[in-house]
Amino acid sequence: MALLHVFNLTIELPASTGPDASPARSLVKGIGFDIDAGEILALVGESGSGKSLTALALLRLLPDALAITAGSVRLGDNELFSFSESEMNRVRGFRAAMIFQEPQSALNPVKTLEQQVGEVLTLHKKLRGQARRQAVLGLLEEVGIPDARQRLDWYPHQLSGGQKQRVMIAMALACEPDLLIADEPTTALDVTIQKQILELLNQLRRARGLAVLLITHDMGVVAEMADRVAVMRHGDILEYRPCQEFFAAPQHDYSQQLIHSLPKRQFRPHITEPQPLLEVDNLKVWFPQRQGILQRVAGYTKAVDGVSFSIHKGETLALVGESGSGKSTVGRAILALEAATEGRVSFDGQAISELDQKAFLPYRKRIQVIFQDPFSSMNPRMTIREILAEGMRSLGLAETSGQRKSRQEEKLSQLLVRVGLAAEHLDRYPHEFSGGQRQRIAIARAIAVEPELIICDEPTSALDVSIRGQVMELLLELQREMGLSYLFITHDLSIIPHLAHRVAVMKNGVLVEQGLCDQVMNQPQDPYTQALLAAAPVIQALG
Amino acid sequence: MADFKLTILWSDWLIYLLVVTLAIFFINLARDAVTRKRWRKVFVSPLGSASFLVIVFYVAIALLDSVHFRLPLQQLEGSDTVHYSQEVNSLLDLTLQDLRGNDEKTYSEPFAIYSFAKENRTLDSGQVVRDFPRLEHAGSHLPTGKPASADIFERTMHALVVGALLTLALWLLIWVLRWGLGLSSGQGLQASAWLPWKSILLTLGALVLVSTWVMQLGGYYHILGTNKVGQDVLFQAIKAVRTGVLIGTLATLLTLPLAVGLGIAAGYFKGWVDDLVQYVYTTLSSIPGILLIAASVLLIDVYIETHPEQFQLTAERADFQFLALCFILGMTSWTGLCRLLRAETLKVSQLDYVQAARAFGVSNGRIIGKHILPNVTHIVLIALVLDFSGFVLAEAILSYIGVGVDPSMASWGNMINEARAELSREPVVWWSVAAAFSMMFVLVLAANLFADKVRDAFDPRTVG
Repeated sequence: MALLHVFNLTIELPASTGPDASPARSLVKGIGFDIDAGEILALVGESGSGKSLTALALLRLLPDALAITAGSVRLGDNELFSFSESEMNRVRGFRAAMIFQEPQSALNPVKTLEQQVGEVLTLHKKLRGQARRQAVLGLLEEVGIPDARQRLDWYPHQLSGGQKQRVMIAMALACEPDLLIADEPTTALDVTIQKQILELLNQLRRARGLAVLLITHDMGVVAEMADRVAVMRHGDILEYRPCQEFFAAPQHDYSQQLIHSLPKRQFRPHITEPQPLLEVDNLKVWFPQRQGILQRVAGYTKAVDGVSFSIHKGETLALVGESGSGKSTVGRAILALEAATEGRVSFDGQAISELDQKAFLPYRKRIQVIFQDPFSSMNPRMTIREILAEGMRSLGLAETSGQRKSRQEEKLSQLLVRVGLAAEHLDRYPHEFSGGQRQRIAIARAIAVEPELIICDEPTSALDVSIRGQVMELLLELQREMGLSYLFITHDLSIIPHLAHRVAVMKNGVLVEQGLCDQVMNQPQDPYTQALLAAAPVIQALG
Repeated sequence: MADFKLTILWSDWLIYLLVVTLAIFFINLARDAVTRKRWRKVFVSPLGSASFLVIVFYVAIALLDSVHFRLPLQQLEGSDTVHYSQEVNSLLDLTLQDLRGNDEKTYSEPFAIYSFAKENRTLDSGQVVRDFPRLEHAGSHLPTGKPASADIFERTMHALVVGALLTLALWLLIWVLRWGLGLSSGQGLQASAWLPWKSILLTLGALVLVSTWVMQLGGYYHILGTNKVGQDVLFQAIKAVRTGVLIGTLATLLTLPLAVGLGIAAGYFKGWVDDLVQYVYTTLSSIPGILLIAASVLLIDVYIETHPEQFQLTAERADFQFLALCFILGMTSWTGLCRLLRAETLKVSQLDYVQAARAFGVSNGRIIGKHILPNVTHIVLIALVLDFSGFVLAEAILSYIGVGVDPSMASWGNMINEARAELSREPVVWWSVAAAFSMMFVLVLAANLFADKVRDAFDPRTVG
């Protein structure tokens, strides 16, 4: 008998009346699955597929606006939907616990670790004082917090992201639950940390016989961790099978699509062009740390500390690094959005790092940028037309009078069509588009001024896998058509072979390794690169 | 009587300007789909619509009270020049003529027909008695011996019937208008069905009923009694509406340019601009507000005393002092909004779309105008509506401690100030402070409820 048995679970958004009346909509449509003790079930799906709702519904934590209209959830011998709210509170944390994606916001910033973890122990196990301290210490050691005794009195902000996630797991384990629900536990973490957390989860479920419901969108994580896989889309489970069978021969079209949306390991031929388009020489960006009432400079944060590389015409250089490595600052310094402390940036033979705002203007047309988050990269108060035309106008490419205006109109429509949208989208606002569509608009905005170099600051990391593939294809097509060069800033190693000609690996503000893509990926020289590559989850079945 | 001289005070100009600006503002709003949707959310809620109507009613009173003119004096024999009265009247005075003219000698209770103070009277027999005399105006139409209560009841019923008829007529008119507007858009009544018509009509009905009742009874009785010098308290309270509304809006609007300009500049340019703005507002907000205001008001008083030639009418002097007070209030209370805007601008200017605009070489002015200002408007709007009620209350407090508006100008603060003595006598004179309190309460409550709704609709955290 399975530990958790979910049957015909249905979640609906009830019909609303009033000015924005809408009929009832089912968000999760009668799904079912089982998890045994010691087993990991991966619930896979893209954003909006209902996987997080399912997790919340299991513990009856759905927001008030939603209702569970049918189904049953059995945990052990108990039917959870027949429990009263106070009985449910005995289940939450005690028999089934949950960890979230963002450890930052799930921990209370004004409580020490002992208080955070101990709260659950006091509540459910009535532990106090020294006994509680010992129990917390044991838990922190179990989840691998170094120097746990000393860190008992630390506050969350003193920990790194991975350590916070470990504390979250310690809190979840405090009352020895049978079931752990992990909602995208590693999405916010760097690859090396992700690997450690996944290993910890694996180890815990073996040691404790824990049943784990792992919610994720990363097929690599699934392949590494799960015993069974359930693929969700639009509130339905499309496929529900043991992991190995699933990866060997996915049945459903959508599952195949998900697996194949993973970029192939296929290297691009390198470019042989003598003259570099962009040259960065010993670039340093230091941020002064100010102190005291007179704002005296007390020291520097060395975000970028002597970085040199070059990009040729039509070439893609992937700049890889974990968060905080300074890779985005490099991009911003090239765009003169951040002042360089030292070093030289030359574009097409011209030194551009010393130019003032006005003299830099001609280069704004030639160097463009695409940002990570398609939701913050467009002004919510402007229509797509205004967004696209803004750069053209300020760079003197816009045409305003009569006949020319219709020509510009035509150009804007062509741009949208080129990135895979329709001309009638011009008068809509950004919030009417999905993340992938918004990223397409951001690309259209960048190519509207016909640049030669585009700095792509993690343009695909906020997107779902299937959409990520499409956006990357679009970037590659544009490169072929327009002869664009890319500086592709990313933390995702899996997409690099497909995309980049050369790779530069960055850590703590310096480049540790740089070279042709297949060299770096296949024979990494630097230990950090080796660690990065080893940490990235790979689907073995596909090799 | 056909002959009169329009006298437009400075504050009148400002109030007209305000109405025109608001009209333009709303027309502009109707263009932007996103903003329109948010305002729609404010008015969809019954509370939002009802409180808006109450505010509009107050503003309408203030507008009526802002059309000033002077009546000509009777011409002297053999003189051709027309001299005009020193007294400045407004349309509201004309409308409430019945309430205004009926001054008694001193205090009288609400609906009383006898004075509140005993007087020596000589009877026909020559005997001197000390008794409550009949009031000069209130209840003078009553035959001796007939109790007032029956008459009041009769007139109230009459007023209610008239009011109900007026209300019905108004409802019918609105229905016809809705129907007409709906026909032109081809949707019939559906076109405006999203508005909470039930509460709108009920609020309108209540306002009409109260107004007709006041108009009908005001001529015969003092509904809220009279004050120390025998003036009708209700009339005073209504006259104070203009002061309250104007001080609320003017002071709020005066804070805006400073708060918005300095706040956004500090947040966007950072560096020394930020330092400067921060030093200014930290200094300003560390001086006790009341002290600063009192000092500035005294300065203004000295100016008025030393330049009598600029202020020929009492009304002009009062008006100048009033505007100065608005100005001072505005100048001393922009720091809060400025701080909020600085923080929000710091946040917004780090967002990718501002960075993208900078990567396109868009000028600073355009970035502020196109990208930053529209995205901090919600804060400005919320602060605007919340500050309004704050300033109305501030006026009352300032007048109470004697640094508010000119004593000759009707204001709730002045009424409350006088109540200090009234409340300490025995028997207590309670109606003056009660009138000021309830008029102010209704306005501030409506403004606060409306502010709540505006905040709900515009705050990005609740909009989601």
